[in-house]
Amino acid sequence: MMFTKYIFYLLSILAIYSALMVLISRKPIHSVLYLTLTFFAIAGHYILLNAQFLAVVHIIVYAGAIMVLFLFTVMLLNLNKDERSQKPMWVKAAAILSGMMLMLVLIAVFRGYDIQVISNPALNQLGLVKNLGNVLYKDYLVPFELSSILFLTAMVGAVMLGKKEQI
Amino acid sequence: MIQSLNIIPISYYLYFCSVLFSIGVIGVLIKRNALLILMSIELMINSINLLLAAFSAYLNDPAGQIFVFFIMVVAAAEVAIGLAIVVLIFRTTHSIDINVLNKLKW
Repeated sequence: MMFTKYIFYLLSILAIYSALMVLISRKPIHSVLYLTLTFFAIAGHYILLNAQFLAVVHIIVYAGAIMVLFLFTVMLLNLNKDERSQKPMWVKAAAILSGMMLMLVLIAVFRGYDIQVISNPALNQLGLVKNLGNVLYKDYLVPFELSSILFLTAMVGAVMLGKKEQI
Repeated sequence: MIQSLNIIPISYYLYFCSVLFSIGVIGVLIKRNALLILMSIELMINSINLLLAAFSAYLNDPAGQIFVFFIMVVAAAEVAIGLAIVVLIFRTTHSIDINVLNKLKW
């Protein structure tokens, strides 16, 4: 069981490192690629939690769809040049300071927090497709159908915004 | 069933997701590129998703994972619309610097 702990540390360090590199990289395309790495590390976390359905959906939706959309935007708009116009130094320092303070407050709140864990994620069958499909199509059928309407609306909106001529 | 010594404590997930969420907040605050701000929002959404899935797995409740699924649906729609707006901004101002967008500020 110590093995899963090491995998957890490895995936966490990978995710945090690549999330930091998203902010540090100068070129937007490097940021997009590091963000893809973060998403793969988080998919590994889902597999570690035995949420296999979520891991697969996460890879398909994020690494497959959203990242391709970002890459297309960066390449089509030819944005891959260095960021010359940075914010002033004091704004950056204040932003980093306040973000660190937020992190400190969150960690201080969660320190020593321990819920009564009632199941071992490595043993239960919760995140498998069979179980989640049953729940999704029995209890959450109406939200599932509503999400299709949301997608239709988003598609119409994106096409309308992306059209060349003004309406 | 309960092997509290053998599984990863839930607090580790809380710490990890706090760090990831704070990195996303810092990204929104320090960047001027609209594309990078959208990416930082994706980071925050992902940290919350992971935390929901972790609590769902530890408390044996499938509703959390269903909720993560719906958040992914909304995030995909949000990114599609957001990038369409970014393309539109680039077409009108020839830049995606958010400091150009101050016409509605006052």
